[in-house]
Amino acid sequence: MADPASLNTLAALDPVHERTGSVGDMTGPRGRRPRRAFSRANIFLYGTLILVSVYYLLPLWVMVMTSLKGMPEIRMGNIFAPPMEVTFQPWVKAWAEACTGLNCEGLSRGFWNSVRILVPSVIVSIAVASVSGYALARWRFKGSETFFAILLIGAFIPYQVMLYPIVILLRELGLYGSLWGLVLVHTIFGMPINVLLFRNYFAAMPEELFKAARVDGAGFWRIFLQIMLPMSLPIFVVSMIIQVTGIWNDFLFGVVYTRPENYPMTVQLNNIVNSVQGVKEYNVNMAATLLTGLVPLIVYFASGKLFVRGIAAGAVKG
Amino acid sequence: MKLTTSLLGATALCAATAAHAVDLEVTHWWTSGGEANAVAKFAEALNATGTHTWVDGAIAGGGDTARPIMISRILGGDPMDAFQFNHGRQAEELIEAGLLLDLTDVAEANGWKDLVNPSDLLDACTYEGRIYCVPVNIHSWQWMWLSNKAYEDAGLAVPTNWQEFVDTADELRAAGKIPLALGGQPWQSGGAFQVMAVALAGEEAWLKVYRDKDAEAVMGPEFTSVFEAAAQAREFAQGSNVQDWNQATNLVITDQAGAQIMGDWAQGEFALAGEVAGTDYTCLPGLGVTEVISTGGDAFYFPAQDDPEVTQAQKDLAQLLISPEVQVSFNAAKGSLPVRGDVNLEDVNDCTRKGLDILAAGNIVPATEQLLSPDTAQQINDLMTEFWASTDMSAADAQQRFSDIIANAD
Amino acid sequence: MATTHEASAIAESRAAPARRPMRLFRNLSAKIASLPMVLVAVVIFVGCTVWTVVHSFTNSRLLPKLEWDGLSQYERLWSTPRWYVSIENLAIFGILSMIFTLAIGFVLAALLDRKIRGEDVIRTIILYPFALSFVVTGLVWQWILNPELGLQSVVRSWGWQSFTFDPLYDADIVIYGILIAALWQGTGLIMCIMLAGLRGVDEEIWKAAKIDGIPTWKTYTHVIIPMMRPVFVTSLVLIASGIVKVYDLVIAQTGGGPGGSSEVPAKYVMDSMFAAQNLGQGFAASTMMLLSVIIILIPWAYLEFGGKKRG
Repeated sequence: MADPASLNTLAALDPVHERTGSVGDMTGPRGRRPRRAFSRANIFLYGTLILVSVYYLLPLWVMVMTSLKGMPEIRMGNIFAPPMEVTFQPWVKAWAEACTGLNCEGLSRGFWNSVRILVPSVIVSIAVASVSGYALARWRFKGSETFFAILLIGAFIPYQVMLYPIVILLRELGLYGSLWGLVLVHTIFGMPINVLLFRNYFAAMPEELFKAARVDGAGFWRIFLQIMLPMSLPIFVVSMIIQVTGIWNDFLFGVVYTRPENYPMTVQLNNIVNSVQGVKEYNVNMAATLLTGLVPLIVYFASGKLFVRGIAAGAVKG
Repeated sequence: MKLTTSLLGATALCAATAAHAVDLEVTHWWTSGGEANAVAKFAEALNATGTHTWVDGAIAGGGDTARPIMISRILGGDPMDAFQFNHGRQAEELIEAGLLLDLTDVAEANGWKDLVNPSDLLDACTYEGRIYCVPVNIHSWQWMWLSNKAYEDAGLAVPTNWQEFVDTADELRAAGKIPLALGGQPWQSGGAFQVMAVALAGEEAWLKVYRDKDAEAVMGPEFTSVFEAAAQAREFAQGSNVQDWNQATNLVITDQAGAQIMGDWAQGEFALAGEVAGTDYTCLPGLGVTEVISTGGDAFYFPAQDDPEVTQAQKDLAQLLISPEVQVSFNAAKGSLPVRGDVNLEDVNDCTRKGLDILAAGNIVPATEQLLSPDTAQQINDLMTEFWASTDMSAADAQQRFSDIIANAD
Repeated sequence: MATTHEASAIAESRAAPARRPMRLFRNLSAKIASLPMVLVAVVIFVGCTVWTVVHSFTNSRLLPKLEWDGLSQYERLWSTPRWYVSIENLAIFGILSMIFTLAIGFVLAALLDRKIRGEDVIRTIILYPFALSFVVTGLVWQWILNPELGLQSVVRSWGWQSFTFDPLYDADIVIYGILIAALWQGTGLIMCIMLAGLRGVDEEIWKAAKIDGIPTWKTYTHVIIPMMRPVFVTSLVLIASGIVKVYDLVIAQTGGGPGGSSEVPAKYVMDSMFAAQNLGQGFAASTMMLLSVIIILIPWAYLEFGGKKRG
């Protein structure tokens, strides 16, 4: 990951010394010419990136190493040491064997439930939020800002407080216990932050684009679909990251608003991590976490490409 | 509501055929090793009847995690078929709101009144003369568990009462053992304190405080000595950096700690680790000073359902949970005592025997859940957590604050 | 898409002037499209807030019910030592995590926005903690910060015997131990948002700045950051709402300990509602949380949306 070679090329490409204070230097910030490899600035960059990478990777290292150790080795102490004897048993156990109460099926039990919850929730919540954000940015109407301010304040309400009123609401709607009820809840709670995200992004887009389209007679939906959408890949990626992570890792809503046959994977994760069978099986806990984190991680990796495409789309402006 | 009426109609059609098999979803928070093992006895027994099926809804993380889920399901009109709750004052409101199934007819038909011993277990399930829950076990808090090996390693005799424990604590510490294991969760500190209170202040003073909410009694000499003892115990507990109760128990099992004050459910962990009462570990009910046990425990409640089939199945389950065979197998696994006096526990270990003897002698006190509201209990737990963790708070300060809480208790 | 080549024009455009319709049915599709948002704002957020505030004046215990109890829940709240500890912790944690998350997030985004190779990898390294659940984030950092297992013991084994680093076991600094884990988990997302914002900055601005001879750091502080105001607002809201709700991490890392010294308001709310089964008390505490949020947000919201329109 943070191997010196890539850092080297990286540093060579990046004239950071301008940031560190050589005021007179007029070189553009996006220069591509390789610089001297061992300038003070490059050393500064090495340092920063290595430190940052270590800080971010250290816990991952601990988790992966722990998940590959047997319990006797874990008890011996050093959490940073690589395993003397690699075992994949914890991973197998976390996925397929760990018990909660009487069910010994590990995480696999809830995996497809999580997918079934994730896909509609992410699509619906992002669709609703992006359209709302677009309307707020470009098609303000009387009171729209007030509603938006209310929505923003809503982002600060501890969601535990809304647990019971929403139960009552869903019951009245006849959605309590169903998958769609849960989709609705995720859409609601994802709304404040995602609407804000889209609104601010669309508001920062050049006004002229919008005006020109209006002159051409394009309406609300056409401008949104044909002009705004193609230019907003990066923000969709950010929104997707937030939603996928939040919904995939959600435990409370999944367990409160659905029935056991729809319980997401996090219920099993909670049961594995929180139920202690005498001694805490740290290796299984870590394997279970890493397994649960895989789906968002894959989304992050995949979204990297979209990010790059987003830049390309953005570059058209110039 | 429409949905339920149409469901009702649908089930009414099939109701013609008798004794329907019903899947009973049971929510509980018994997920630690010994507990899961015990709950399996219930499930096996239900499945063995051949009619109904146990659908397990275990939620790890204890009552605080499970409670909002249970209440939401009940409020949302889509309840589970049975759920575990500590009996006592917790469920009163659900009963008042008519959300729980009335079990009185099952209880009367099967003579629960005569079976359940001690009778206040059933009283805790009774609200305005009707019975709403089935007690499944007796758990008592008033135990100290000691590791024989830890004392042996230190060249000491295993203490037989609190004073001996205090006297040897420093030597045990010198031998590299933690004298007293205590987990970081608030309820453990609150629990350990109330055990010390009833053991060291005596039953009378304890009841004055916990039952009569007498704030004066807190400031009396009996409780002053309890707070001083707690301040000592605080020193002994230094170094047990664990959170969960069974991790603390594990310190005793692995002989890293001398003792733990914990309820009899700790026995399930000892049993699972293959330890033998008397040889590997010693238990002191009432800290070896005042040999009483409290008769709290777990109970199952059954949310009211529209479907008569399900209601019948719920009643079947209720009766099954209290039946003699299930009581024996479940309680043996759980390390608790059965709720009926007419079953014979075969080859019980030393500690369970002690508990049964105390129970037979009638040396029982009510459980704190029956005396204090969860709200008050929480305040006491918070105070005790703060007290056990910081040496800044003097015993006198804690005593004063405890007295304030008792004065405002409901 | 020949829009604009002047930096000023872009800077101006960030504040799109409001388009106020003359008639009710103007922009009908925009209104229809906003309907879900309006419903959520009114029914859920206003509705639930009112519901919560109303119930904070009752003595609701296990179930919400309307039995009036006056201000007694508030009197009780403000006489509870634990509540004061919680607020103080939240203030320290909030201010520090706000500053550090913004600063680290922006600097990392700026570093990544320089067309470097391996950007994908580094971005993912920084972002991946966000994918992991709090329960285990807490557990891992609990280990790393555990004096007998983690950093302290490793450094000591290197020979520095007096090295002491045990934030989670020291009541005075435990909140900083939680901060370390929170930053690890949360900065990646903010970096991503900042990066998306930086990517939205027109290439021409950089060219113009270069031609004018403005040094890079000055371009950032004087041109780019002011332009990214909406992005900062988004980040601030995101961070702040996370701070108010910080709960899972505390549970996983310390359980509020040692001795209740890392308690936070959200945990007080949860414990009151579900452990103490005193819903009214939990509602009173969350009403106070909401009130302080509103006191902070209203002036800002007025400046941002009310008052005179910029641009």
